[in-house]
Amino acid sequence: MSLPWLIVAIAAYLVGAPLAGGLLAGIDRKLSARLQGRWGPPILQPFYDVAKLLQKENIVVRRSQSFYIYFFFVFTVFTGGLFFSGGDLLLTIFALTLAGIFFVLGAYKASSPYSFIGAERELIQMMSYEPMVLLTAVGMYQVTGSFFVGDILAARRLLVLSLPGLFLGFVFILVFKMRKSPFDLAGSHHAHQEIVRGVTTEFSGRTLALIEVAHWYETVVVLGVVALFFARIPWLAAAATAAVYLFVILVDNVFARVKWQLALASAWIVAATLGVGNILVVFFLR
Amino acid sequence: MAAPLALIGFPLLVALILLTVKSGAARSIVVIAASVLLAAGTLSLVFTHYPLTEARFHVSPALTRWALLGLELALSAFVFAIGVRRRRLLVSLLALLQAGLSAVTGLLFEAGAGVEHALSADKFSIIMAVIVGVVGSLIAVYSPGYMEAYHRHHGELGDRRRLFFFLQFLFLSAMFGILFSNSLPLLHLFWEVTTLCSFLLIGYDGTEQSRGKAFLALVLNMLGGLAFSGAILYLSATSGPLELDGLARLEGLGGFGALTRSGVILPVVMLAFAGMTKSAQMPFSSWLLGAMAAPTPVSALLHSSTMVKAGVYLIVRLAPVLQGSLPGVMIALIGGVTFLLASLIAISQSDAKRVLAYSTVANLGLIVMCGGIGTYESVWAAILLIIFHAITKALLFLSVGTIEQRTGSRDIEDMSGLIVSMPKLSIMVQIGIAGMFLAPFGMLVSKWAVLRALVDFNPLLAVFVVFGSSATLFFWVKWMGKLLEVTKAHQNLERGIEAKQWASLGALAALTLAICGFYPLVSTLLIEPYVIDIYGTIRTMSPGNILIMSIMLGLVALFPLTFFVYGRRVKVVDPYLGGGNVDSSFSFQGAAGEVKSMRMSNYYLGKAFGERTLSTAGLIACAALVLVSFGVAL
Repeated sequence: MSLPWLIVAIAAYLVGAPLAGGLLAGIDRKLSARLQGRWGPPILQPFYDVAKLLQKENIVVRRSQSFYIYFFFVFTVFTGGLFFSGGDLLLTIFALTLAGIFFVLGAYKASSPYSFIGAERELIQMMSYEPMVLLTAVGMYQVTGSFFVGDILAARRLLVLSLPGLFLGFVFILVFKMRKSPFDLAGSHHAHQEIVRGVTTEFSGRTLALIEVAHWYETVVVLGVVALFFARIPWLAAAATAAVYLFVILVDNVFARVKWQLALASAWIVAATLGVGNILVVFFLR
Repeated sequence: MAAPLALIGFPLLVALILLTVKSGAARSIVVIAASVLLAAGTLSLVFTHYPLTEARFHVSPALTRWALLGLELALSAFVFAIGVRRRRLLVSLLALLQAGLSAVTGLLFEAGAGVEHALSADKFSIIMAVIVGVVGSLIAVYSPGYMEAYHRHHGELGDRRRLFFFLQFLFLSAMFGILFSNSLPLLHLFWEVTTLCSFLLIGYDGTEQSRGKAFLALVLNMLGGLAFSGAILYLSATSGPLELDGLARLEGLGGFGALTRSGVILPVVMLAFAGMTKSAQMPFSSWLLGAMAAPTPVSALLHSSTMVKAGVYLIVRLAPVLQGSLPGVMIALIGGVTFLLASLIAISQSDAKRVLAYSTVANLGLIVMCGGIGTYESVWAAILLIIFHAITKALLFLSVGTIEQRTGSRDIEDMSGLIVSMPKLSIMVQIGIAGMFLAPFGMLVSKWAVLRALVDFNPLLAVFVVFGSSATLFFWVKWMGKLLEVTKAHQNLERGIEAKQWASLGALAALTLAICGFYPLVSTLLIEPYVIDIYGTIRTMSPGNILIMSIMLGLVALFPLTFFVYGRRVKVVDPYLGGGNVDSSFSFQGAAGEVKSMRMSNYYLGKAFGERTLSTAGLIACAALVLVSFGVAL
């Protein structure tokens, strides 16, 4: 990518990603409501919520807790920039992990028992999905010979054909990454399976708004990875990504939250079987 | 020849001086002066000798041969005597075996008779020397203050500080000896000296418990020493190369002496076995965990720059021979299994020093893995790992040791509120932890490189890293969280820490951060030329990625700026506790109206990641792999 195009791409991402992410969140809420027999909020409700949050007073337990969230936001945005400008997939994953760690540290810093438990559980979730995410990068490298998103994008073949196991595994951990049931241990959007709000318990006002927007960016980035599997055929990529997103929403409404043991074990077993199996097949067939 | 001899001789001289100094103040002065000189000396090596061409030094074989044999036998006799005195039959037996092997190789096969260049210095040994010199010296500077307080706290223990400082500098001297030895028999002598020093240092307290752990370390390391001697005997008997630079090169580039690879692979596996015992790979990892019984500076020394690094140094040296061989794959698997299991076990540990110990074992596993597969990519990654790990681990050990002395506990659960009670130390621990696993800090750069090297070689090996590093993320972050969380008012406990200790801690923290910025320079100037010397080719991080890492580093560096807006425009309230808060932010009114207090504690997931089960699994798996690696080398 030449420099002007790079700047255009990054600018488009910076503005477009939160718009797309917010819209997706709106669609999610509408669909979930319909699945539960409710009318649901307007599609634009997430934007209204964030606008409202931005006007609210910022209430904290520890004065420095919000700083961690600012860095969570900055690094989440940075991660997406790295990904959509065609950067190194491994570095993208590491940057996303760094962002996630700032989020967790913020929850720890808040020093409330509920956010503390939320932080511990968020960490368990990160530990659960991390192997599968890294294996996905490894698999893409095996097939395309590069960790760079730009090179993977330019690959001449449909990645999902060589990496079906990794694709399924990635969809599995997408449920963790998008904080959906049954793997929403750290904090759930469903009021019925949460006593207190988990990891975000002590965040309010503009800090909470930042968390929301960061999650929108995050959603767009992980869906971008899904699209990479189909990048050879753009219309298929769009369709597959939409289908995966709808599937995750369906799963979210069908399952109840599971305990951490099952969450961790299932994610690691999926990574060890579908992920590792796929990688070995690619290695030995090459 | 002056430089290597000076680096071996100077600490030895200081050690002897320290043996005679009785006054504590005088000892401090000697230690500090010697440390500054030593650090400056190793650094000046790089600056005055750049671009370091490999230098080999001729030492008269006849002279070294007899001197070596004499010293080896004296060491064995000393260990034999210890075994007899403490009624440890096994130790005496191993010492006898060692003496026998040394005598047979020295007298019958005249080992070393053909060694023309007993000493040598190349870029790798210089890198290692700088690490030993700088990190080792900083630990030495920290020691007097710590030991002073140590004996105040433990009045019941005998004060043997003269011996302690003697051993510390003898250790450094032997370490330099290992790095600059080109002759394998000479290297073995220094190898045994570090074994003996670590035995005496671990057993410093002289209690029954510490003595037991010291003997464990001695026995396991002597096994490695025996394998080392066996390799020398084998090479002498088959008239193979006894010079490291002749042995450890690619076949096309003049390696293996008169033999082919299949001729040298068995002794090389034996040497790698010695390396694995020294760098505490499973099934030998227990000695390093036991080494915690010693005073903190000892653990810091053993875990960061010396001892365990000698093991991986040897394995990385042997990498060109192991490359692409079946025994090499077995060694890589041992490293992989060790990395994965040690990382998982660390989750269940709440003793900060044990977490650090398991993390050391794990990271050494990563380096052994790189050495085992032995490609140019992996060797580059391994050397980076050694550098980052040495600095960061020294910082973490010394910080935890200081915390333990001030608070009386090294349990992570007791570190709650440390950011208030010991703000500076808490920040240092955070820097250390971040340096151990977090992007864009040092270790992660190497993990990135390791991952790519493994995928290029065989992606199955990458699986160990992928799962293991997820576990490291969990145990490090929950520790960080504990340091940050504050539930009550704390007194400041940082007064009373000596200036020397602060200087050493501060320097290590600064180095941990600085090396993240400067590693591309270190890589271009030293590591890459070394890898090119050995393999003729290199693959490093692309400039674009280095730029991205630097941007991330810059962003993270902005974090302290947040203190300028600390607490502005926010309303501070008590946390939600599930009932009405009573008086404070940590007690509340329960459902039945009674006042309850709250307590927060980390997850340790002991049932899922139990130490005993996982250790046993590692022991069995790795012992089997060791046997297989010998089997396939035969």
